[in-house]
Amino acid sequence: MIPLSWYLILAAGLFSVGLFGVLARRNAVAILLGVELMLNAVNINLVSFWRYGDVSLMAGQVFTIIVFAVAAAEVAVGLALVISVYRRRNTVVAEELDLLKW
Amino acid sequence: MTAEQIIFLIVGAVTLASALMVVTARDLVHAALWLVAALFGVAIVYTLLNAGFLAVVQVVVYIGAIAILFIFAVMLTRRQAAKDTGPALNQNWWLGALLAVLTFGGLVALLQTWSGFSKTASAIPSGFDAVNELGTALTSPAGYVLPFEVASVLLLAALVGAVYLAFNKK
Repeated sequence: MIPLSWYLILAAGLFSVGLFGVLARRNAVAILLGVELMLNAVNINLVSFWRYGDVSLMAGQVFTIIVFAVAAAEVAVGLALVISVYRRRNTVVAEELDLLKW
Repeated sequence: MTAEQIIFLIVGAVTLASALMVVTARDLVHAALWLVAALFGVAIVYTLLNAGFLAVVQVVVYIGAIAILFIFAVMLTRRQAAKDTGPALNQNWWLGALLAVLTFGGLVALLQTWSGFSKTASAIPSGFDAVNELGTALTSPAGYVLPFEVASVLLLAALVGAVYLAFNKK
């Protein structure tokens, strides 16, 4: 039997890798890829707490489904923004988009 | 060590390695394909956790829709091959790496102080149908019908917003 700690450590590792991607990548699409990794880490936590708690309480699985829906919405709007920015500025590098920076 | 534990260790290592390739690969198409590998690993983790329905949804929604959307976006925002030569990481990447390592260490240290950290799962009661329970929970007023409806409104708003933002006015 796999102890709960293994799942939690895997999720913490996946979250940290995603956080590194969000903070360190220059390309806006790559930043969104990092956000996806972080959302998946959260999902692993939700499902493992459902499995290791009382399985008749479905909150963990229900909120995993909600996170799926939110991730799909976030990616659709995020990538539409990236494509819109690319059309106007001809770049998707986050540090070149400095119109609001003093 | 049981077979389940060996499968988990292999899948976990492959998932983390793919995730590292996602954040370090220079070519964004490669990064998106590594994301597909990492998402498959997470789907197998769901299967190990007896959540087969979520594993199927993960493959259909995440790999079938989100990863493909990423590949489309990468191809639509490609710069000319000669111009696309800048570094993949910004100059503060070491700060990001430090923060990620600190987050991981902090999370593990915090979890180790919790009494339920190394708890093992109790067997699933016989006759328990997780998909049936999930469907009932999502649609019964006593369950989670409100978050479910809010999610549908959110998806509609995101659909309209994405079409509006990406629409070419000319």
